[in-house]
Amino acid sequence: MPNITNDEVDVVVVGLGWAGSLMSIELAQAGLKVRALERGEDRSNADFTYPKPADQYAYGVRNKIMVTPKDGALTVRHNMQSTALPTRQWGAFVPGTGVGGSGLHWTGVLIRPTPTDIKLKTYADQAYKPGVLGEGMQIQDYPFTWEEIEPYLDKFDKICGLSGNTGNLQGRIVEGGDPFEGPRSSPFPLPALEDTLNNTMFAEAARKLGYHPFPNPSANVSRAWKNPYGNQIAPCNYCGYCSKYPCLNYSKASPQTAVMDALKRMDNFDYRTNANVLRVELHADGKTAKGVTYADGQGNEVFQPAKIVVLAGFQFVNVRLMLLSGIGQPYSPLTGKGTIGRNYAFLSVGGSTLFFKDKTFNPFATAGATGQMFNDISPGNFDGPALGVIGGAKIHSSQATGTPIGTALPAGTPEWGQGWKEGMQDWYGHSMKVSISTGCMSYREHYLDLDPTYKDPWGQPLLRITFDWKPNELKLQQHLRGIVGDITKELNPDSVSESYLDMDSHWDITKYVSTHNVGGAIMGDSPETSALNRYLQSWDVHNVFVPGGNAFPQNFQANPTALIGALTLFAAQAIKDQYLKNPGPLVQA
Amino acid sequence: MLIATQTSRRKFLLSSLIALPAMGIALNGLSAAAAAELAAPSLDSYTPIFFTAAEWTFILAACDRLIPADGRGPGALETNVPIFIDQQLAGDLGSEVYLEGPFDVNAPATLGYQLPFTPQQIYRQGIAALEGWCQAKYGQHFALLSLSDREQVLKQMQNGQVDFAAHGEPVLKAKLLFSELLNITRQGWLADPIYGGNKGMKAWIAIGFPGARASYLEWVAQHNVPYPLGPVSLTGQRG
Repeated sequence: MPNITNDEVDVVVVGLGWAGSLMSIELAQAGLKVRALERGEDRSNADFTYPKPADQYAYGVRNKIMVTPKDGALTVRHNMQSTALPTRQWGAFVPGTGVGGSGLHWTGVLIRPTPTDIKLKTYADQAYKPGVLGEGMQIQDYPFTWEEIEPYLDKFDKICGLSGNTGNLQGRIVEGGDPFEGPRSSPFPLPALEDTLNNTMFAEAARKLGYHPFPNPSANVSRAWKNPYGNQIAPCNYCGYCSKYPCLNYSKASPQTAVMDALKRMDNFDYRTNANVLRVELHADGKTAKGVTYADGQGNEVFQPAKIVVLAGFQFVNVRLMLLSGIGQPYSPLTGKGTIGRNYAFLSVGGSTLFFKDKTFNPFATAGATGQMFNDISPGNFDGPALGVIGGAKIHSSQATGTPIGTALPAGTPEWGQGWKEGMQDWYGHSMKVSISTGCMSYREHYLDLDPTYKDPWGQPLLRITFDWKPNELKLQQHLRGIVGDITKELNPDSVSESYLDMDSHWDITKYVSTHNVGGAIMGDSPETSALNRYLQSWDVHNVFVPGGNAFPQNFQANPTALIGALTLFAAQAIKDQYLKNPGPLVQA
Repeated sequence: MLIATQTSRRKFLLSSLIALPAMGIALNGLSAAAAAELAAPSLDSYTPIFFTAAEWTFILAACDRLIPADGRGPGALETNVPIFIDQQLAGDLGSEVYLEGPFDVNAPATLGYQLPFTPQQIYRQGIAALEGWCQAKYGQHFALLSLSDREQVLKQMQNGQVDFAAHGEPVLKAKLLFSELLNITRQGWLADPIYGGNKGMKAWIAIGFPGARASYLEWVAQHNVPYPLGPVSLTGQRG
């Protein structure tokens, strides 16, 4: 039972990453009293001054700004028949914590899904013969149109100072950008980052093979940028410390650089750190929330009353809080009933490392998002129906960092001893990657629920993931391996190392993939098949809104942050325009 | 996580060095790098904090084979990698691991680390088991074996051919001790010298990594041109 009760606020926001900071500033600008509760530490620019982040061991190896497994572990199993075990150390994904959340350490690739990605179910029904796609696939459309969401994608691009080449301006294809992108209402705010050697090599080879490469759309900004909130972001200096690091140059759009400076100046906003929300408190009828209870850093349980509750933690955190609080019905893969935990999806990656004796890549001279990619292998743009696979991939050559711990060496190089030491000297800086990052469909038996055994330090059950690779995703990997192989041949390296999933692969939680976990509290048109309506409002508890990757009904090939930002802004607008005037369900079930 | 040593003089020297770049002064005419080289403890005078004397002998002997002095480039001993390892184990390494039971020690490898041990326990128990195995097989401590026998033992550990069960460790595998040791040795060789290894940034100099320079605006578009400057460290040393 809480032993402290705070003063009531209009809105309590749980988690102060991208979703939490955007929701906070948008609702504070509408005059509401907003309080954010962040489980981790405060993090401000003083923590990121040069040279502090230029430390691979602290940030890249020891995960200095990530949540520890001790505090944030989940349990994992491959199927419903087996016993899940905890993620005692991080591997396949590494969630952040603290002010800024994962928005502080992200790489800054800010790419949109395509219009087909957001209507994937409609596309699948039109393009695939019945029975072609695997049994139990449970993909769904997003509950909005491209025209409805685009203004919010556009707004988030401007908040971040998106840098890159425009591909489709109001329906007109523009040379140098992604011809497969959905029509955008305005061009990229800033020009692309400088290309590194791997970029130009990859792009030339891809173009020769008929693909349409373009610079990775980047939230590491290429020029000085003042965003719509009045925050200023500095031009990237290509420091080489980006993914897993806070930016030492104020150049990566993050909650800190893009939102918090303006937000902290607002009198009607405040935030508490080391405030670990344990549950949402519901009124007796279960129809509305009255606030949240959190553990503060001093061993107290604190009740925070609020008229509106926004769950804006990482995807896992949001789903778990809904389950712990009794918001909505837990999903059952046996009956297909219930929605909380439904449609968990991850993503897969793979690729080839190409070694060139006579090329010097200077991999340390790079922005996190530095790279070129092409989107030709996205739904509707390749022969997926003939291959019997759905989903797509970004195929890219990125050079996110040149930090030396973990440097890839050519096959056959000893793992230790003189051979390893000399291999490091011979090959550091002489390789580039051609990589794939794929979408991932949702399936009936891939879901999240509360673990029956393992608990966190606050005595609450861990979230349990049931997930494994399915033939669709593995077949897609085999197809992509061929495409990367063609590009590799074109580039003609001295040697190549390949890393792809085989058809009999199981999900390996020890190998880093990406922290793009999605679903579990998805948005949709029906309370039978989704936890949230189009405004990220709980179908069951109307004053609870849940922005985040949890809302994705399946994973597309693009990185998730652009859509998370847009969904959050879309929901914030609906709260301001509709919910405040008439609190209640914004969509009738 | 600055390097901790057991002599206050060294602590003083190190902390004044760390303050050097901020103050913008040189110490008695020495460059910061030369001064740091002087201040970084030599391996023979370092007293380990975590490891016992016997364990330390093993660590030195193993590091010497994992990244040997042979051939081109600095070895692990020359770059104080064992000091890095000791400092990490004496510090908070492993405090992040989720160690609540129950433990399924036979879980598939795809589900990751599932043993009930901290890194400190892995080294403590693992080194004891390995020494037991070496005694049984060679009648000798690991560190006193010939170089080629030491390499052979490490290879066997790596390949899972060293049985710890017969030496009091039914759960902990030699393969795990080996991979932990290899990872931390590579990390110590390549991490910033502030953590005690990579002395004089010699590993960075050898591979051509500029360390904490972290500013390459004028370099990013110069393709296929070797970067000309040596590394700098977090404390402002230049290599």
